[in-house]
Amino acid sequence: MSKSPTQTIMRSGLGRARGLGSAKSGTAHWFAERVSSVALVPLTLWFILALFSLAGAPRAAVGAWLASPLNAALMLALILITFQHMAMGLQVVMEDYMHEEKPRLLAILAMKGITGILALMSIIAVLKLAIGG
Amino acid sequence: MKDVREALFVGTATDGRTVRRPLSPHLQVYKPQITSALSIFHRITGCALSVGTLLLVWWLVAAATSDAAFATVSMVLHSWIGHLVLFGWTAALWYHFCAGIRHLAWDLGKGFELPQVHASGALVLIATAALTLLTWLIGAVIV
Repeated sequence: MSKSPTQTIMRSGLGRARGLGSAKSGTAHWFAERVSSVALVPLTLWFILALFSLAGAPRAAVGAWLASPLNAALMLALILITFQHMAMGLQVVMEDYMHEEKPRLLAILAMKGITGILALMSIIAVLKLAIGG
Repeated sequence: MKDVREALFVGTATDGRTVRRPLSPHLQVYKPQITSALSIFHRITGCALSVGTLLLVWWLVAAATSDAAFATVSMVLHSWIGHLVLFGWTAALWYHFCAGIRHLAWDLGKGFELPQVHASGALVLIATAALTLLTWLIGAVIV
């Protein structure tokens, strides 16, 4: 008779139910933050270079710039990845420094909601300029 | 005790007193050094840049809305206080950019020796200053 493999879990059932201790998603969060930072290196450089011609330019120039599909696509990528990277970074800051469970959870949810709305507003603005002309 | 985890934070100081162990950021137990200063500055600039994205959102939304809205954001950005905020934003961006690349090098397991850590820290500060000044120099020439 072969014995089935067993694993001893040292954590209490209550601790697991309340999500205390490792939530088993730390590595994925850490890695996604690094991947987004790598993507932001060229995107940020591209945006800074673009700003040299856009700073002080009239509104029509911004529209003309985003009328180029390449510029609009890179701008959307910059917005998506910036806000994703920002939300992940702010979440870690909140998890590190807010020790009370309830305010921390509320702050993280509020932060995710706000960053999500800001990202959507920016995306819609870019799409409107890129497609609406 | 509000939380069962707090039972793990009870410790004894060297003089025998019972103390609650410090939680992060526990800066009070560390001597300030370039390593820890640059580390916390990476977080501070990250938080500052998060607030700074509001300017980007405002600029994009105004451009997509109306001439009047775009005139308002242009006026604010071109005022002296707007330039001051943008200068701070540029400096924070270049710092977070350079320090971020330093972190990526560490993630690849490179540059962990203490002299290398000190050298790369100094390099981050020099590169931040140089890139910030270069950005505004080019901006002043072009715009």
